[in-house]
Amino acid sequence: MIEVQRLSKFYGQRKAVDDLTFTVNKGEILGFLGPNGAGKTTTMKVLTCFMPATSGVAKVAGYDVFDQPLEVKRRVGYLPETPPVYKEMVVSDYLTYKAALHGIKGQKAKAAVTSAVERCGLGAVRHRIIGNLSKGYRQRVGLAQAIVHNPEVLILDEPTVGLDPRQIIEIRDLIKSLSGDHTVILSTHILPEVQATCSRVLIINEGKIVAIDTLDAISARLRQGNVLSVTVQSSAAAVLSKLKAVPGVVSVTEDSAGSNEGSRLIVTGNGETDIRRQVAEVIVQSGAGLLELKREALSLEEVFVKLTTVEPAAGGAA
Amino acid sequence: MSRIANTMTIAKKDFRGYFSSPVAYVLMAVFSFIMGYMFFSILSAYLTNAIRFEQFKFGKGPNLNDHLIRPLYGNLNVVLLFLVPFITMRLFAEERKNNTLELLFTAPVRWGEIILGKYLSAFAFVLVLLALTLPFPFALSLAASPDWAVIATCYLGTICMIGTYIAVGTWCSSLTENQIVAGGMTFGIILFFWIIKWASMNASPVVADLLSYLSIVDHFEDFSRGVFNTKDLVFYLSAIGLWLFLTYKALESYSWRS
Repeated sequence: MIEVQRLSKFYGQRKAVDDLTFTVNKGEILGFLGPNGAGKTTTMKVLTCFMPATSGVAKVAGYDVFDQPLEVKRRVGYLPETPPVYKEMVVSDYLTYKAALHGIKGQKAKAAVTSAVERCGLGAVRHRIIGNLSKGYRQRVGLAQAIVHNPEVLILDEPTVGLDPRQIIEIRDLIKSLSGDHTVILSTHILPEVQATCSRVLIINEGKIVAIDTLDAISARLRQGNVLSVTVQSSAAAVLSKLKAVPGVVSVTEDSAGSNEGSRLIVTGNGETDIRRQVAEVIVQSGAGLLELKREALSLEEVFVKLTTVEPAAGGAA
Repeated sequence: MSRIANTMTIAKKDFRGYFSSPVAYVLMAVFSFIMGYMFFSILSAYLTNAIRFEQFKFGKGPNLNDHLIRPLYGNLNVVLLFLVPFITMRLFAEERKNNTLELLFTAPVRWGEIILGKYLSAFAFVLVLLALTLPFPFALSLAASPDWAVIATCYLGTICMIGTYIAVGTWCSSLTENQIVAGGMTFGIILFFWIIKWASMNASPVVADLLSYLSIVDHFEDFSRGVFNTKDLVFYLSAIGLWLFLTYKALESYSWRS
């Protein structure tokens, strides 16, 4: 549904997003996890055609975000970090306006607004002015705005920020209920949020992908602590079986994120012996051309340290 | 078809926006008061002149077109010069400030539709203000017989002028998220094109011609005399086109940098 290839974005000299490659399948909820300033918002702005990328390709539902922005925009619902609401407007008028921008008018618009209002629990406030609503309700209005045209893809930038714990649970349930029909990308810097909602997680730090997998697999990798990232010049298949035969190696997988040069392998050890030396020897002997060998887990740990690992305390947020 | 529909959706929403804040009502009140006072003063002066002329029968009597209608609509344009910046300053600046431009930019509408929609919303509001001056010629027609053709071209010229004012204001508003900055710039630019001809007195003939061609008021002259000249219409239309094109470029640059 969403394909991103070698996407980069510069702000002047600063690299906000660096060579990002990933895909999101239909009906999946992908968690975009990373500390503040990791490049989550930038990636989302590119995917929603708000901002062009410096290089690379991004496709949503088969349409290129740069060449066919209107087709992409028709299929995407976007909730930016700050909900894009007009404070002087009434909730239902605002949603009707958003529907009209998507070409939904008349009876259809009424039905779409009613459905969005119900799904986001806005029934009680639909005739109130947005400026007078609490932050939690404004966030929900923002979400209602993103789903009012029933888009195939939903891109949500920190959708639960500033909500109280009860609202957070409601919003998460809502997002979960949207998967299946909708493909969702959700960004967050809160680890438990990913656990609660996402089927897969993409961890990003300083504009680069650190890992993309199910959260269970990533934590397993982290626990074992003995994970090597190996880059070889030849194809991965050439050394895959030989590496598996090395004593102490538990699994070898090809990294889907890929690499600029050659192919990247993730080698997991059992954690009892240091496998680095043997892995290196095997690759050198096989003539595959060893380009890089590093302890993968370290970079992942670095990211996890920076993440928020606890939920906001009950009653802490307004 | 959908292009027009999108433009109208945005135009309608923004037009209603004026009336959901005190802005519209304050501007309408200020405008009616000032214009009413002007009409009253110009009319009194005209009557005094006319009475004097009846008494002494000396020289030429005052003429309704030259001494009432032209000054009235000339001054109308000055009043709008002051008011239009207040009307256009919010167009894009407010959306930038409140992050709502993201809503428009990620909806399936073209930038051209957004710009045109916003432009038309401000235009429609100024037309509402203009409609408040319609009682003046009708009041005149009760006691005298004004030349309706002159009045019509005066309105047409005024509409061309405000069209240009609003295009300048749209551009200024797209440059910043600060409404005061947008309004101040708009006022400065329009005022500059009002007085641009002043320097032509001491300039070489070519430059002088250029300056007076660029003068936004010079092109109103013919309209105020009851003459409709396509040359003037072309001037205003190309000015509007230019400022709206610059708005497009400003949005493009905003999107690259944001």
